[in-house]
Amino acid sequence: MEGDIVQMGAYIGAGLACMGMGGAAVGVGNVAGNYLAGALRNPSAAAGQTATLFIGIAFAEALGIFSFLVALLLMFAV
Amino acid sequence: MATEPINMELAGKCVNEFGGAIGMPQLCGEWFGNQIFWLVVALVAIYFILSRVALPRIGSVLAERQGTITNDIAAAEDLKVKATQAEAAYDKALIDARAEAQRIVAVAKADIQADLDKAIAKADAEIAAKTSESEKAIAEIRAGALKNVEEVAKDTALAIVEAMGSSADAKTVAAAVDAQMKG
Amino acid sequence: MAGEAHSEEAGLVFHPMDQFIVKPFFGDGGVSWYTITNSTVWMALAVLAVFALLVLGTSKRSVIPTRMQSVAELAYGFIYKMVEDICGKDGVKYFPYIMTLFMFIVFANFLGLLPMAYTPTSQIAVTALMAFAVFFGVTILGFVKNGASFLGLFWVSSAPLALRPILALIEVISYFVRPVSHSIRLAGNMMAGHAVIKVFAGFAAIAAIAPFSILAITAMYGLEILVSFIQAYVFTILTCVYLKDALHPHH
Repeated sequence: MEGDIVQMGAYIGAGLACMGMGGAAVGVGNVAGNYLAGALRNPSAAAGQTATLFIGIAFAEALGIFSFLVALLLMFAV
Repeated sequence: MATEPINMELAGKCVNEFGGAIGMPQLCGEWFGNQIFWLVVALVAIYFILSRVALPRIGSVLAERQGTITNDIAAAEDLKVKATQAEAAYDKALIDARAEAQRIVAVAKADIQADLDKAIAKADAEIAAKTSESEKAIAEIRAGALKNVEEVAKDTALAIVEAMGSSADAKTVAAAVDAQMKG
Repeated sequence: MAGEAHSEEAGLVFHPMDQFIVKPFFGDGGVSWYTITNSTVWMALAVLAVFALLVLGTSKRSVIPTRMQSVAELAYGFIYKMVEDICGKDGVKYFPYIMTLFMFIVFANFLGLLPMAYTPTSQIAVTALMAFAVFFGVTILGFVKNGASFLGLFWVSSAPLALRPILALIEVISYFVRPVSHSIRLAGNMMAGHAVIKVFAGFAAIAAIAPFSILAITAMYGLEILVSFIQAYVFTILTCVYLKDALHPHH
């Protein structure tokens, strides 16, 4: 019975952790959208900033991956 | 996925009795050593492949291509300059040839004009000589013809007069004919 | 709690984490440090693929490249330009190391997408080794090249003086988090994609939602192809950025 409560808590926690992925989605969308807005205003400068775009996306996405990882840890490793 | 129990002694602590994963397989410390060892082997192998063979080769190919392109562009520029020079020479030759041709045409025209003038003069002289000759001949012919006409007229008149039954003196008839012809 | 999915009572007949199990490639038995495992085999295939592309593909050394040679030259030019742009001219001598990391990750990722394949880069041990190698290499290099002035990296001289200690603390923490995020980003992305595909594949067993499931697998597969390349690119570009910090520590 005790194990069942732990399991329930883990599953609820995993579901809550998945909400972090929404934040990552907002972040990645923000980065890409602002890049596009800037690129359309000044297309000549856009090519040089592709690397920065990908670094920004990677940083934002990493946090979503962390929340996913937490969810997986709760699901399978607790 | 194993469906029957496996030998737990051999399989180690990271899998359950069916060979399935316990928790996250990534976090099973028993497998770290193996992965790290083979990863180091793989990375060292790639590093040696790249640094000993691949990268110098690709670098040299790229440098060679760059060199070839530079050389080709230089050669192309040389050829372009040469082509421009050749075109200028050709233009000059064309202008010279045209001037020469015009000169030759003018000379030929002058020669022909001179010949023509000479020939015309000669022809005019010949024509004048021929004309005077012809006029003389025509005058002779006309004189001859007049004489003949006179004689024929006199004979005819005489014959007509005789045919009409009256006899006539030849001299009278001749005088009458002369008078008629002059009239 | 783990392992319930396998018990007879559980409805699900798949376990999305099973695909990441390291097991001996030849026969059964335990995994010692020298055992040739499925992970080893796919790492070796990645090495072979790198060899085939960059050595066999360029063996003709032709000035007008063949298809394979253009791909190899493209990869070379891509990484070379990245290193040169980010690290500057003096970073070019570290180009072979960065190229090694990039080629290994990109081929391990792509080979891992083949059905029945194993993805070495989905293992935290693999990516953590690479990330910590980069971290220690870059830190040692920074101190060797710049001496104590490498610590200027943490002292933001453009900020107001009162803020600098706080900023320095934040910079130090973020510096030490680097290898963790660097490794978890790659392993997490790879693992997440494969696990999601596996979950959808498990749903395909239920006839009613099988078409949706197969469609979802196809879409995820397309996304994974993109992610495989982007994560290799991001790992490499972050390595370049860390290297730049070591070579030119002053903001």
